[in-house]
Amino acid sequence: MTRSAFRYIRRNPSLAVGITLLTVLALFVIVGNLLVDTEDARPLSAPTLRPPSREYPFGTDRQGRDLLAVMVAGTPLTLRIGFVAGFLGVGIGTVLAFIGAFYRGLIDTIIRGIADIGLTVPGLLVLIIIAVSIKGTLTVNQMAIVVASLAWLYPTRTIRAQVLSLRERGYVEVARLSGMSGPSIIFFELMPNLLPYLAATLVSSVSSAILASIGLEVLGLGPIDAPTLGMTLYWVNFNAAMINGWWWWWTAPTVIILTVFLGLFFLTVGLDEIANPRLRRSA
Amino acid sequence: MVSLIEAVDVSKRFAGGLGRESTLALAGLSLAIHAEKPSIIAVVGESGSGKTTLARLLLGLTEPSGGSIRYRGSDLRKLTRDERRAFRRDVQAVFQDPYGVYNPFYRVDHVLTTPVRRFRLAASRAQARELIGETLRLVGLQPEEILGRFPHQLSGGQRQRVMVARALLLEPKLIVADEPVSMVDASLRATILGSLRKLTDERGISILYITHDLATAYQVSDTILVLYRAHVAEAGKVELVVKAPQHPYTQLLISAIPRAHVARDWLPNDEDRRAAPAATTSAGCCFADRCPLAGPDCLSEPPALYRTEPGRAVACVQFGQHPALPAGGLGEVLSV
Amino acid sequence: MSEPVLRVEGLRVAFDHPLGKVQAVDDVSFALSPGERFGLAGESGSGKSTLALSILRLIKPPGRIEAGEVWLAGTRLGDLDEDGMRALRLAGIALVPQGSMNSLNPVLRIGGQIGDALAEHRLPLTGGEEQRRIAALLAEVGLPETVARMYPHELSGGMKQRACIAIAICLRPKVIIADEPTSALDVVVQRQVMATLARVQRELGAAVILVGHDMGLMAQFVDRLAIMYAGRLVEVAPIAEMITRPRHPYTRALIASLPSLDTRGALAGIPGLAPLLRDLPDGCAFHPRCTLAVGRCRTEKPKLRDIDGAQVACHLA
Repeated sequence: MTRSAFRYIRRNPSLAVGITLLTVLALFVIVGNLLVDTEDARPLSAPTLRPPSREYPFGTDRQGRDLLAVMVAGTPLTLRIGFVAGFLGVGIGTVLAFIGAFYRGLIDTIIRGIADIGLTVPGLLVLIIIAVSIKGTLTVNQMAIVVASLAWLYPTRTIRAQVLSLRERGYVEVARLSGMSGPSIIFFELMPNLLPYLAATLVSSVSSAILASIGLEVLGLGPIDAPTLGMTLYWVNFNAAMINGWWWWWTAPTVIILTVFLGLFFLTVGLDEIANPRLRRSA
Repeated sequence: MVSLIEAVDVSKRFAGGLGRESTLALAGLSLAIHAEKPSIIAVVGESGSGKTTLARLLLGLTEPSGGSIRYRGSDLRKLTRDERRAFRRDVQAVFQDPYGVYNPFYRVDHVLTTPVRRFRLAASRAQARELIGETLRLVGLQPEEILGRFPHQLSGGQRQRVMVARALLLEPKLIVADEPVSMVDASLRATILGSLRKLTDERGISILYITHDLATAYQVSDTILVLYRAHVAEAGKVELVVKAPQHPYTQLLISAIPRAHVARDWLPNDEDRRAAPAATTSAGCCFADRCPLAGPDCLSEPPALYRTEPGRAVACVQFGQHPALPAGGLGEVLSV
Repeated sequence: MSEPVLRVEGLRVAFDHPLGKVQAVDDVSFALSPGERFGLAGESGSGKSTLALSILRLIKPPGRIEAGEVWLAGTRLGDLDEDGMRALRLAGIALVPQGSMNSLNPVLRIGGQIGDALAEHRLPLTGGEEQRRIAALLAEVGLPETVARMYPHELSGGMKQRACIAIAICLRPKVIIADEPTSALDVVVQRQVMATLARVQRELGAAVILVGHDMGLMAQFVDRLAIMYAGRLVEVAPIAEMITRPRHPYTRALIASLPSLDTRGALAGIPGLAPLLRDLPDGCAFHPRCTLAVGRCRTEKPKLRDIDGAQVACHLA
C-alpha cells in the first residue's frame, strides 16, 4: 500500500509539494506551541520593536508582542477560520448542488439563479458590509460564519455541473431499474464518484476563505484582539512598519501566508489530477 | 385480457434548442405485449429510427409526449408505489454499453446485490449469495470468477452477461434488451444471444431485442418490427419480413448488409453520390425521398399499416388493397 | 507478385503495464502489392489497431516498437527520423483513424482542415489554387463544394467519414490505412462510404489496409485477408479461399459464428475468452479454446507457413 502510494507521489509531484508545505506548517505550529508561551503573543509581553535575536527569534512589534508567539498562536486561528468557512461553504454547496442537479425543475432553477446572481456581486464588498454592520468586534468564529455566507456560491455551481453530467451515466439508470429511490441514488451512486472532486473543491474553498478573512482583517474588520496573521498585517499597516524599516514585523506573516497558499494550491492541483484521470501523466 | 405492457398511440418529440426545430423521435405507435406466450420480438432500425426511444418509453425512463404507456392497464405515470414495484419486477432491461452501466466505485457484486436488497429477494446474506451464484451460473458464468472483482477487471462479454443475470434476478416477464451485443466481440455474440433465447424457451421470459443488426435479429427472434425515422415500416414474422421483405426500406436495409460469401454483390456499381438527406417534415410517407417507387400518393399523407398476410403488416401505399391494421393490431401481428 | 508497396517484417510492439508486459503485436510480417485491398481482421484485443498505428510509428509510451522493419516502396522507415516520418505520414501512408468522426476538429471548417493538411506538407499553393484543390478533393469523395465552408457538426456521420477520407487522400498516398472507418455508421451509409473508398483507391492506385472485425464487410471489400489473434497473424489468404476453405481453427470458428441471413439455425459462438495479452498461454495462443488442440499446440508456438497459396499458423493445417 505505501509502496504504491510513494510511486503515485512520484507521478503527482504537485500533491507531494502541497502535502510537504502544509506538513511543515503543521509542525511549526505544533512544535512551536510546545516551545513558546503563547501568552507572549499578547501586547506588553516583551520590549517593543526589537529585531530578531536569540531571545526573540522573530523580533517584537510596537505593542510589545513576541512575534514568534504571535505566529505560533495566530496561524492556527487563521487556518481555523478558513477551514470552518470552507467546510460550511462546501457542505451547503454540495447539498444544494445535488438537490438541484438531480431533481431539476423549479428547485434547480431557483438554486442556480441565486448562485449565479450571487456570484456576480463582488464578494469582498458584501463581506465588508456585513462585517461593518455587526455591532461590536467579531470573534474568530463569527468571522468564519461571515465568510461562509458567501463561500457556498461557487461550490454549488461547480458541483452542480459535475452532478449534471454524472446523472446521465448508465449506472444511474440501472440503479433506478433496480428499485433505488432518488436520495439513495444520490448518496450511494453519485456521491462516491464525486469524492475526489469534492475534496479538491474543499481545498480551494478553504483557500479562498482564508484569503477573504485575511482581506477583511487587513482592512481592520477582523477580530481585533486575536493575533491572527491578517490582524498582524493590519497592525503593520497601521504603524507604517514598512516605511519605518521594521522589516521583521511583516516578513514573518508574509512568509507564512505564502506557505499556506502555496501549500493549498499545490494540494488542489494534486487532488485535481486524482479527480480527473485525463490529467494524469503516464508513469 | 389485459396486456403486460402496452404502448397506446405513443409519440415522443424532443424539443429543439435555440433556432432548431423539434425532432420527432417516435410517431404514434401502438403496441401491446402479452406475457402468456413468451417470444422474442426484434425492433430493428438505424440510428434515428426511434428504437431506443421506444425502449426507454416502455421502461418508464422517459415520458411520452403523446399517448401513454400502460402497465397491466394502468398508465405508467400514475402507478401507485406497489404497482411501481411490481412493474419494476416484471419489466427489466439490459443496455448496450457494458462499461457505463457499472459504477466504477463498486465491485460488480453491487449491481447484483442492489436489486436483491431493494426487492427483498432473499431472507439472509447467505441466501442472497446462493441466489446470485445460481443466477450467474444460469448465464454461463462462474461466480468465483466474477464476484469480488471490479468492472474493469472483467471482459466486455462477462460484464454484459452479469447485466443479464441482474435482469434475471427479479424473474421478469419481459426483458428489454437495447443492443445487448453490439459492443461485444463477434465470437461471443452468438453465445450471449443463445442464452437469451434459452431464457425465452426455458423460462418463459419475453424479450424485446432492439438492434440495428438484422442478421442477429433474424437468428434469434420470432417476430420483427422495422422502424424508419420514427415510424413503423414493416412488422411480422421474422421469416417473412427478412426473406421476402415488402417495404422498400426493408428491402434496402437487407440488400445493404455485406454478406460473408464469395459473390461480390455488395458494392454498388454506380455509386450513389448523394449525401444523406436532411430530416423531412413533409406530410407524406417518411421514406418517400429515398424510395425508388415513390409516387404522388406517397406525398399526400403517411401510409397506414396494411395487413398483407396474417403474419405481416407493411406501411406502404402499394398494398392499399389490403385491410388496414386497427389500433392495437400491431401486437397481434407480432404475437407468435 | 510485383514489387510490394509496403512490407512489414517481424514487427513486435509491447506495452509496459505495471502488472506485466503486454505483447500487443508479436512477430507480424506481410507484404502489400500496389493497389491491393488488404484486410486485417480480429476481435478486440487482437492487436490490429496497434499494428496499424505502429506502421506509422504513432505508438506512444508506455507502448514501444520492440523489433521489426517496415519498408514503403524501397524506403526503410526505420532509417527516417521523426521529421522524415512526419513528411511520410499522409503523403506516403495515410490513416483514416478509428472514430474519425471525433478526430475532426469541431471548431474548424472542413475546408480549413484539409488546407491544414496540405499546408503542413508545405505545398506551395496560392489561395485560389488551394480552394480549387479542396473542391476537387471533396468532389472525389462525393461531397458538394459547399461542405468546405461547413463545420463538422453540420454534417451527417457518413459525410464526416467521407471528409476524413478526403483528408487522407489529399496528398496522393501510396497506402491508405482505414481503421474501422464505418463501425459507427448505419448499414446503408456504410455502403456509400465504402463505395467511395473503393473508387478513390482505384483512381489513386493506392493500396488499402482495412482494419476491422466485420467479416461480411471484409468479404465484400478486400482482396486478401489476414486474421489476427492475441497479437499474432494466424491466417492470411485470398478472400475467396478464406471463406470457402478456412484453414485455421480460429478462422473456421469465427466464420461459423457469423449470423447468416439465409437460414435460422443454432447460434454457435466460440467458447472461452480471448487471452489477456500480458498473460498469453505457452505455445499456440488459441489452444485453450481449440477443439483440435494436441500436445504440440500447448508447447510450441506455430509459425506462419505457406500452404496452397495461403499462410497459416497452425501445427495441424
